[in-house]
Amino acid sequence: MPDVGEVALKVRSKNAGPFWVTIDIFCGTPEAFARVRDGLATAEAARVLGVPTQALKRFDIPELNVVKLSAPRPAVQGTVADRDMHGAGWAALIAEMPLD
Amino acid sequence: MTRILVPSGALGLGYDADALARGIANRPDLIAIDGGSTDSGPSYLGRGVSKYARSSTKAEWAGLIDARARAGCPLVIGTAGTCGSGSAVDWLVEITRECLAERGETARIAVLKSDQPAARVIGALEAGRIAPLAPAPEIDAELIESCTNIVALAGAEQIDVALATGAEIVIAGRTTDTAIIAALPIARGVDAGVAWHAAKIGECGALCATNPQSGVLQLDFERDTCLITPLADGAEASPHTVSAHMLYENSDPFRLYEPGGYLDVTKATYAQEADGAVRIAGAVWVPGPYAVKLEGARVAGYQTVLLALLRDPRYVAAAEDWAADIVAKCTAKALARTRAEPGDFGIEIRLIGKNATLGGLETRAGDPVEIGALGIVTAKTQGLAAEIGKLLNPYLLHHPLTREEEQPTFAFPFSPAEIDRGAVHEFCLNHVMALDDPMAAFSLEVLDA
Repeated sequence: MPDVGEVALKVRSKNAGPFWVTIDIFCGTPEAFARVRDGLATAEAARVLGVPTQALKRFDIPELNVVKLSAPRPAVQGTVADRDMHGAGWAALIAEMPLD
Repeated sequence: MTRILVPSGALGLGYDADALARGIANRPDLIAIDGGSTDSGPSYLGRGVSKYARSSTKAEWAGLIDARARAGCPLVIGTAGTCGSGSAVDWLVEITRECLAERGETARIAVLKSDQPAARVIGALEAGRIAPLAPAPEIDAELIESCTNIVALAGAEQIDVALATGAEIVIAGRTTDTAIIAALPIARGVDAGVAWHAAKIGECGALCATNPQSGVLQLDFERDTCLITPLADGAEASPHTVSAHMLYENSDPFRLYEPGGYLDVTKATYAQEADGAVRIAGAVWVPGPYAVKLEGARVAGYQTVLLALLRDPRYVAAAEDWAADIVAKCTAKALARTRAEPGDFGIEIRLIGKNATLGGLETRAGDPVEIGALGIVTAKTQGLAAEIGKLLNPYLLHHPLTREEEQPTFAFPFSPAEIDRGAVHEFCLNHVMALDDPMAAFSLEVLDA
């Protein structure tokens, strides 16, 4: 099965305020969007991101061919335990997930 | 029609001078720019200082003061000096005075401050007027008092009061990114849904268009629509680039909370117009109780850091065991040789090249040529952090995997190896505070400089 990042054009992640990180999966085409929408399991994405499934917000946006995931940060931005001040590295976790 | 010129997403990021000149020639009613964000972390609010270099800030601000004079309209900046604390506002006021003096000009400046004294926030907490957002840290009076700075995010109402003074320049402390753009059209009767929607799209300048780093964006507000035009050569907005900007740094791309309500863009429309412009309409403003978001930062400890580099393939392969053994031995030594108690300090070694970005969430394993061992000591005082950093130094230089082998030596890029980082701050509020009068938590002063 291909990874999310092999099907999507671009996966990016960024803080959405100090308490959330948001990951945008730009699929580029309706076909790629349908592949990611149907093949990306929300519970598995939550597990990979280390958050409870019910805490993960997911938006499937066909108008933009985008799947968006937002998660509360396990370590609040800038705390001693935080490793990634801008939330830049989370995109790789989703890009490297195999699609069902 | 109300025309607002947005030079860039933030003062300090630069803007395209030709595009700015084009915007000035189009006679805007207001020039609006954001001055900050929480995005670079809690240290800036904790210390009340700017992230950007003073020289960069002054050069760009001087350019906007000149633009304002040529356009003959007010200039407003929100969240001055990255964090929008009173000290950061004062810093930009001082730069403004220098810029005006160098031009041989005077101007009326409205200074809006967003600082919240701990007593006010504690009083609001006790009165049940503070509500948590998700996820919110537990707070009490002691935590609020421990903050080095607390600010509230001003909305359109406070910016409107500042503009109504007739000031030529408005320097505001912490505001929402959008308020500095939305205030004037709302005051002039533009539909609030359109005003906030356009403000959200415009707050990062040309980031909603192609050639995003060109910065300059023009927003033309009619009663129920707004035309969004990037002004740099090669910058074009399309329904896709504009609507996709609602994703940026938003946990929910359809709903944006502001003081006094929220914006719902579920039914918004985006139409292509000539010359790379997009017309937006249809967003809905849903009024609610008036409350402002709070941000606070406090000292979480003091740090000393060290960096060592492992190049020996055997140590690269066994780096995790090596680091865990050092942390255990050095922690025991610190407890034995200093007066520190458990809980007074922590020692961590992050392995760069292995999982330093993601820690336990990392799913991939590679075969790196070398590994950077980033030693991080966090302690209650800088003195203790520095002392434990010195205890950690010999381990990072010479710690062997086994007792039998010849003593290894690892690469240190610096002497001294210990780098004192000073205070580590943490954000500790994710709450809103109810206000009866929007100005009750803000102060406004008018200066003739």
